[in-house]
Amino acid sequence: MNFFSIFGKYIILLSRVFSKPEKSKIYFRQIIREIENLGLNSIGIVILISIFIGAVITLQTRYNLESSWIPLYLIGLTARDTILLEFSSTMVGLILAGKVGSNIASEIGHMRITEQIDALEMMGINSASYLILPKIIAAVLFNPFLTLISMGVGIFGGWMAAITTGALSSSDYIYGIQYLFVPFYITYALVKTVVYAFIITSVSAFYGYYVQGGALEVGRSSTRGVVYSSILILLADLVITQLMLA
Amino acid sequence: MITVEHIFKSFNGISVLEDVSVVFEKGKTNLIIGRSGSGKTVLMKSLVGLHEVDRGAILYGQRDFVAMNFNERKELRREIGMMFQGSALFDSLTVEENVMFPLNMFTNMSEAEKFERTNNCLRRVNLENVNGLYPGELSGGMKKRVAIARAIVQNPSYLFCDEPNSGLDPKTALVIDDLISEITHEYDITTVINTHDMNSVMEIGEKVVFIHEGHIRWEGTREEILDSNDVNLNDFVFASNFAKKIKALTSSSDSRP
Repeated sequence: MNFFSIFGKYIILLSRVFSKPEKSKIYFRQIIREIENLGLNSIGIVILISIFIGAVITLQTRYNLESSWIPLYLIGLTARDTILLEFSSTMVGLILAGKVGSNIASEIGHMRITEQIDALEMMGINSASYLILPKIIAAVLFNPFLTLISMGVGIFGGWMAAITTGALSSSDYIYGIQYLFVPFYITYALVKTVVYAFIITSVSAFYGYYVQGGALEVGRSSTRGVVYSSILILLADLVITQLMLA
Repeated sequence: MITVEHIFKSFNGISVLEDVSVVFEKGKTNLIIGRSGSGKTVLMKSLVGLHEVDRGAILYGQRDFVAMNFNERKELRREIGMMFQGSALFDSLTVEENVMFPLNMFTNMSEAEKFERTNNCLRRVNLENVNGLYPGELSGGMKKRVAIARAIVQNPSYLFCDEPNSGLDPKTALVIDDLISEITHEYDITTVINTHDMNSVMEIGEKVVFIHEGHIRWEGTREEILDSNDVNLNDFVFASNFAKKIKALTSSSDSRP
């Protein structure tokens, strides 16, 4: 019963979020601000994690492929496909659920307990739409760029690890990342990213918007937002993979 | 004028407001007083639709707020200014942007007109040279004044103030009270103030409504409040030992031949 009640509230909130904005010009400005807050400010962490994970994937694959029957360029292929298919979309999605999701839930939750949301409502503004819609649009528009950055940087990290440790030659790695390349994998990763962006922003905003109490509850709602976003990301991963790759 | 007719409100089966009927008069400072948990905040939030009443009517002039749909309420709310207990200024906006916010959202004024109107309102609440500051950089009294400026920027017909003096020292509280009272008379608006500060009652309470356990127990002027025979009202008004001593002294001096 509790699940249906929460799901119903979530749907009602979404219906308010996607209602007609009061003034499009103001919303456009908000979207630009959110792209900076949620997107541009996440580039650093995405680059840092992608470069290290790309390097680790390459090294782990190399140390697990001891057989002389397996050509070394397959290490590049494995690193590429792991990064394209799962890491840059799902792993980065989970990282963003932690960083962006907690930020959204705590920001909106703080506005709720300090009556800023009531103030918006009192002015005749649809607070759900004003606060949440720009975040959803910003994330849905910008997160695919983060995924593309992660892909490029992750593959570059693998190459760096390969040549600095001598795990394989630069030419083997470069040949491997071009070998049997399936462009559809990028489409698949971007579709997942868009769905994850929607989940992260809407679920975290939902938990922030309905917070009741004080600072402790804001912290709890922030944690709930991150946990449920992460679970839904993993579920969505399963469903989209079955739909697009099976 | 706001007319409240027989409103009821409960939360999870627990009744908070029971058959409340009262009139808040135009051009006057109408104060709702009562102990914590008496229902005064629920009453104020019900008046502006932040809580839905279970039944009853709330008339703004002749317009029944309870019967309005979402869009009609949105329109009416543009005639309402509200000052919240914690000021509720937007943290991410400067003082100037906070005050200008309703103008940006609802008017087609030019930038110059908006700046002029904003600065007029800030001057009206005696705030100058703070336009670029953020709410976190202001004192409690300054935040309240910015909140008043934002509440009046659209020339409202109705002004609601929830605990305007909470967290302020007595002198600053007096300044805020005077400001609200002056604005009420200057703009000839209906002002409803929620408070448990007896200083405010005695300073600016032109009409005082005492609420106790969800019922309106007493209505009158600040002059009449001291002569009331209502036990609950006397308990509230003379709650402090200081007030009790004053009352005892007054009574004894009155009874002397």
